[in-house]
Order: sequence, then C-alpha cells, then structure tokens
Amino acid sequence: MVDVPYDRIADVPPAEVPEVELYHPKSWWTQYVFSQDAKVIAIQYSLTATAIGLVALVLSWLMRLQLGFPGTFSFIDANQYLQFITMHGMIMVIYLLTALFLGGFGNYLIPLMVGARDMVFPYVNMLSYWVYLLAVLVLASTFFVPGGPTGAGWTLYPPQAILSGTPGQDWGIILMLSSLILFIIGFTMGGLNYVVTVLQARTRGMTLMRMPLTVWGIFTATVMALLAFPALFVASVMMLFDRVLGTSFFMPALVEMGQQMKYGGGSPILFQHLFWFFGHPEVYIVALPAFGIVSDLISTHARKNIFGYRMMVWAIVAIGALSFIVWAHHMYVSGMHPHFGFFFATTTLIIAIPTAIKVYNWVLTLWRGDIHLTVPMLFALGFIITFVNGGLTGLFLGNVVVDVPLSDTMFVVAHFHMVMGVAPIMVVLGAIYHWYPKVTGRMLDDWMGKFHFWVTFLGAYLIFFPMHYIGLLGVPRRYHEIGEAAFIPSSTHTLNAFITVMALMVGFAQMVFLFNLVWSYFKGRPSGGNPWRATTLEWQTPETPPGHGNWGKELPVVYRWAYDYSVPGAEQDFIPQNQPPRPTRAVQEAAP
Amino acid sequence: MVVAIILLLVAVGSVLFHIYSPWWWTPIATNWSYIDHTISITFWITGFVFFAVIAFMAYCVLRFHHKEGRQAHYNPENKKLEWWLTIGTAIGVGAMLAPGLVVWHQFVTVPADATEIEVMGQQWSWNYRLPGKDGRMGTTDVRYVSSENPLGLNPDDQHGQDDVVIASEDLHLPVGKPVKVLLRSLDVLHDFYVPEFRAKMDMVPGMVTYFWMTPIRTGTFDVLCAELCGAAHAQMRSKVIVEEENDYKAWLEKQKTYAELSGRSAVMRATYESGGK
Repeated sequence: MVDVPYDRIADVPPAEVPEVELYHPKSWWTQYVFSQDAKVIAIQYSLTATAIGLVALVLSWLMRLQLGFPGTFSFIDANQYLQFITMHGMIMVIYLLTALFLGGFGNYLIPLMVGARDMVFPYVNMLSYWVYLLAVLVLASTFFVPGGPTGAGWTLYPPQAILSGTPGQDWGIILMLSSLILFIIGFTMGGLNYVVTVLQARTRGMTLMRMPLTVWGIFTATVMALLAFPALFVASVMMLFDRVLGTSFFMPALVEMGQQMKYGGGSPILFQHLFWFFGHPEVYIVALPAFGIVSDLISTHARKNIFGYRMMVWAIVAIGALSFIVWAHHMYVSGMHPHFGFFFATTTLIIAIPTAIKVYNWVLTLWRGDIHLTVPMLFALGFIITFVNGGLTGLFLGNVVVDVPLSDTMFVVAHFHMVMGVAPIMVVLGAIYHWYPKVTGRMLDDWMGKFHFWVTFLGAYLIFFPMHYIGLLGVPRRYHEIGEAAFIPSSTHTLNAFITVMALMVGFAQMVFLFNLVWSYFKGRPSGGNPWRATTLEWQTPETPPGHGNWGKELPVVYRWAYDYSVPGAEQDFIPQNQPPRPTRAVQEAAP
Repeated sequence: MVVAIILLLVAVGSVLFHIYSPWWWTPIATNWSYIDHTISITFWITGFVFFAVIAFMAYCVLRFHHKEGRQAHYNPENKKLEWWLTIGTAIGVGAMLAPGLVVWHQFVTVPADATEIEVMGQQWSWNYRLPGKDGRMGTTDVRYVSSENPLGLNPDDQHGQDDVVIASEDLHLPVGKPVKVLLRSLDVLHDFYVPEFRAKMDMVPGMVTYFWMTPIRTGTFDVLCAELCGAAHAQMRSKVIVEEENDYKAWLEKQKTYAELSGRSAVMRATYESGGK
C-alpha cells in the first residue's frame, strides 16, 4: 500500500490580499430584492425552486391517486393525468433540481467554499435569478390558460407534442417551450458566473486539488450544463417554429385524424437526439452536485477524510465527459439505426465504472470512521442505498438488448425516480440540514429531522422498489389506467394502491420538514459558526450568517486540503483549511 | 445499532421481495428467451453488488458509529485497493455487456427466410398488412391515405394489389415462422408492444422501422402502445393470435386484399397499367 502525502506545500505567507471591488447595496430593495449578493440570490433561487417544487409534489399526489384508485376521482381524466405527469417531470428535473443545485447551492457555496467575496459577475448573477423567476412564472401560467398545460410528457416528443390529440396543444406547449428558452438564458448567465468564479476567484492556496468535492461537483455540472442546454435551446426554438410558424424541422408528412397535414420532410428522431444530447448530461448535471455534496457530508459526519480524493475528482470529470457520448441509450427502441446500439451500450456501461468507484469510496470513507448518525449523515446513507439501487437498474436499461422489453414500462419510471429523483433529493435534504445553521445561525430541530428522514427514505424506497416489478411484468408507463389486459394480475392493483398510500405519507413528511424550516428559523437552537466542526472555508467565516463580502477585512489563506479530519497527533479531530501548518508541523513531516 | 439493522433489513427485504414477488415477466412467446437470460445474468451481478455494498455499509454503521473516545483512521488513499475495485467492476460490467451485445447482434440480424408483415399505428388504433400471393408488399405513402385506403397503399403499385389489409381487426400469425415486423405510423410516435414477445420498437411517421421474431407458442396476446401518443394512449389496444399453420391459413382465406377493398375500378386500372397480366 502506497500512501500519498498531502500538503507538502511550503507555508504560504499571509500576504496582503487586494480588496475586491464589490457592489454595496444602498437600499432595502437592492439588499434583499434586486440583490447582487450571491447568498441572497441563492436564497431567492432556493425559495422559488421549492415553491414550484411543491406544485410538482401536489401533482404527484394527484397522479398517484389516479393510479392507485382509478375511476374514483372524477376530477382526473386521461388528459389531466398526462398534464400532471408532464408538469411534474419538467418541474422536478429542470425548475427544481437543476435550479436548486446550481442556482441555490452553487450560489451559496461556491464563493464561500473557494474563499471569494462574491461571484465574479454579481449583476449578471442577479439577472440570472430574475430570468429564472420569469421562466417559472411562464411555466406556472400554463395551468390557467385555455386548454391547460401541455400533456406531451416531459420529453415533449414531436409530432404528438404539437398535434391536437395531445392536451395543451393550444397555449400549453407554446408557453412550455418559451419557458424552457427563458430558463436556459437565465441559467447561462448564472452558469458562466459559477465557472469563472471557480477558475478565477479562488483565494490564495486554494488549488484546484484542494477544493471540496462539493465545488468540484457543482463546477463540473455547470460546465456540462453550459454545453448541454444549448441542444435543448435549439430544439425548443425549432419546435416552437414548427408549432407557431408551421415549419417542419421535426414534422414529416402525416395524416392527423384523417386530415392531411401541411407538414413534410422533418424528422421526429432528430428532436430525440437533440433532446437527449441535453437530457442525458442533465441526469449528471443533477447527480454530480449531489455526488460532491454527499462526499462532504459523509466525510464531515464520519470525522474522516474522503477516501481516494483524487480518484473522486477524476471520477467526477470522467463521468462528466462520458455523459456526452451516451445519450442515445434513451433511444434504443426509437427506430434509430440499430447499429448505434452497440456503441451506446458500450459507452453507457463504461460510465458505470467511475460511478461505482464513487460508491466504493463513500462506503470506504465510513470504514474505520467515527460515524455520527446526525440527520445529514442519515440522509447521506439513504442516498447511497437509493443511488446504488437506481444505478444498478441503470445497467439493465443501458445494456441495449435488456432495454428492449423494459423500455417505456414502469421499470423505467422506477429506475429514474430512484436514481435522479429520490437519491439527489436525499442529498438536497441532507445538505439543507447541514448548511441551514450557516445560513440562519440556528440548528434545525433534530427530532423532526429524524422523523422526516425515516418516513421519506423508507417511504420512497417502498414506493419505487416494488414499482420496478410492475414494469418487469410489462405495465407501460404514462397510462392513466391499466385497463383490461390478460397478462396483468389483479394483485397489481393492490400494489398500486399501496404505492399511492406511501406517496401520500412521504408527502406529509415534507410538510413536517417545511414546518421545521420555519419553526427553527425563529426557535431553533443557536448553532454558532461551526456546529459540525467542519474543515471547509464556509464554516470559518467571521460572522454567521456570513456578512456582505463574506470574509471581513482579509480573505482567508488556504494551507491544506478540505479533508483533514482525525489527523493523528492533532489537537482536535478536524483542522480547518485556513489553519496554518505550524501547530501540526511535526505531524505534517511525520505523516507518510 | 437500530440504524444498522434497518439498513440491513432494506437489503434483505429487497432480496426477499425479488424472490417472492408475484409480479414477474410474462411467459415468453417468442425466440427471445436470450433476452430473458441476459436480464437474469444482470439480476445476479447487480443483486450481488447491491447486497454487498449495503451490507458493508450496515456493518460500518454498526461497528464504527460514534462512541466516546473513538478516533477515525487517517487514510487518504489506497491505490492498490482502488485499482482492484476498478478492475473487479470492469469485469462485472464486461460480464453483462458481452452477452448483451451478442444478443443485440441477433436482434438486429433478420434471418433471410423471415416473412415481412406490416403494423401501422394511428391515433388510436392498429392496422395490419400481410403480403399477398406474390410474397411482396406494395409501396405506401401517407399522401394516399383516405377513408377507402386507410393504410395509404400506392394504388399504382401492382405488388400492393394482393396485399391483405386488416384495418382495426386482430392480427393472426403462424407459430414457428420467423417474421420481420415492419412498423409504420400515420401521425405520431407509437410503439407496437406485446409483453410476451419481449421485442418492441417505436413506430415513427415518415419512416419504416422493424424488428424480427419467431413466435414459439400459440395463444392470444394483448397489443399495447408503449410510446405516448396522446389522450387515448392507454386505450390503443389490439390482439395478436398466434396459431397453428392450418388455422392460420383458414383465417387468411377469409381476409380481404387491397384490390378487393378498394373496389373493382382499382383492379381494372392496375390490370391495365401492368399490361394485362
């Protein structure tokens, strides 16, 4: 065994750090509403994403009520069911998870974790949020327009997305595409900020290979998003033209309900390629920040350095790069040339290797640790289980021929909910319990947190694990009711009802969580500056919550990597990144 | 302690659920049992990894949870262990990928003796077409679609005249004969999906897609649409009846050809244009 030494970098002298020019708010409006402070923008992003996420949660109850007890609820028909699933999917993937991880956590944590005073382009950062808010409002408005929101499925496949057989063909689809275009414009402004800040605004001593994995995850995801979202942008613009101007980018000659349409020459499969060229990286745009954050949660709460840090960084980068050449594994049965299957199955299964390394390193970090079973740690453990489960079922769907019977069944629904629904949300929740004290100066209530965790984790597992088997049986997805089919035993209906009851319970647990967020803001136990005794810079700020400019007079200087937990011979079981090496010099030299 | 036990229960419970689940794939009706075998291999490998990782995690939580005076071990990296895990994972991935690609090769290689048939989807019904006596199907185009010609056959193509057209009725297939299923759509994406066949493929307007299979047992099977196609997606149903050769022939006798359906004039015209043959 070869141990690799860290921090053999010579003592960095505390130098005068030139003051960064900051925008200083002059009024209440510019401080809290049109704020250019990344921390305020982060809260704005998070609250907006949570608000629209609650809409998605209610939609999931409605669709589960229909699936669990078909025919019982007269106010849900086939059209509405399709509108519910479409809006639920789009909100969760883009307007909640992407916005929360990058706009929320990215804005809050990047400047603090790399030791910057703010994002490098604060004004553009502010603009990013307001355009995002506009995108959310346009999306939400589709519930109130004639015909309602689009029911084309979150994948919006043409031709059906813009034809009259699909609900929301009038206003719904037009506003949906407009909202996506706005979202991408807003995201691009924010994304450029995150990338440039990580590359240019790190404090002295914060080398790339000393950054916490949270920053690595968000940084890589942002680079990917900047490369992937343009494909969706183009596809949205082209489909908008097809719908509004009657062009035929994605529309072949077709007969709709006996009527010859004026379209001709377009390719529905082209849209799928563009959509998934964005859509697959999107999975990792959500997953990589979660990977990074959960690494830091595990390390901090197990009081142990993350195992194999360099391998973890390279795995993040490798996954990010590979995720751009696997997109057509969503299209094995789309009718594309069958020989694509060989290539995309191979690339898809190769991506399992760096992903598996990450899982091994998480559990090996627990090995011989000092595991504090705090609420963030519980959510991290829940993440590992749901992510391993969802990742492994991905090996079924990625392996082209295995995908043929399973594609478009409930197996797919169960798989992607486990891997990019439940698993990242476990991390989001764990991260909120972890960083809430830094944001508010108060701890979230522990008892409510543990209740929230157990109901959410066990409930979500009981929803999605059995669902795979409904798909294995052959029940297709996007059916508002199964109807008559000889191959489906009646016990399937019982299972569906059970899943619905579980979904309602998990939903209730989220209400407890929201109550906890509000209650603890006023009544929570004061946390102090570093309640988890963590090493990373955001916990070393002079004020909690961090003030304008984050660092008071001088920027911190970084002397070590982010994971000096339980260093032998050290006074405490953690050494902050900005602590000079002198007190432990003997250890530094003695360490292998 | 409690947390470790619950984590272990999740792993054990998942395995038990898998073993005793009453919900399992339907009895297969085609030659694609290879696909089922590949799924089984994948279940074994992924099941092992799933259980091993969760059980290891549960053990860590049990053994290393915080106690007064415990200090974590300081061990940033272990190159050797990381490489062995990488190699082991690569082997596991290879063990799933290799049979998968072999079976995919079979899946995309249509045998020369396969009979071509056509399935055509539209919102929200299924239509079928079988080649007539000449063994070939005529060309089609959506521009020919009308109420008399629901499948859009080319009225000037002599190969199409004897094609058997089955509009909104059930499809019959002879057992034991390989068929290449050509797939078309008039309007939006559909997907010809019979769970017992395992094989499926999207139907895309503007192009012809396909898959092939050999039915291996007789029976009546539900046809569902597996690609979201609008409001009545869930109601787009039909049936496929796989039967013995003689029964199939008897059924085929009773079906109408395109020429019969489109009326005498079309037959006359086609006869005239093909030079009286």
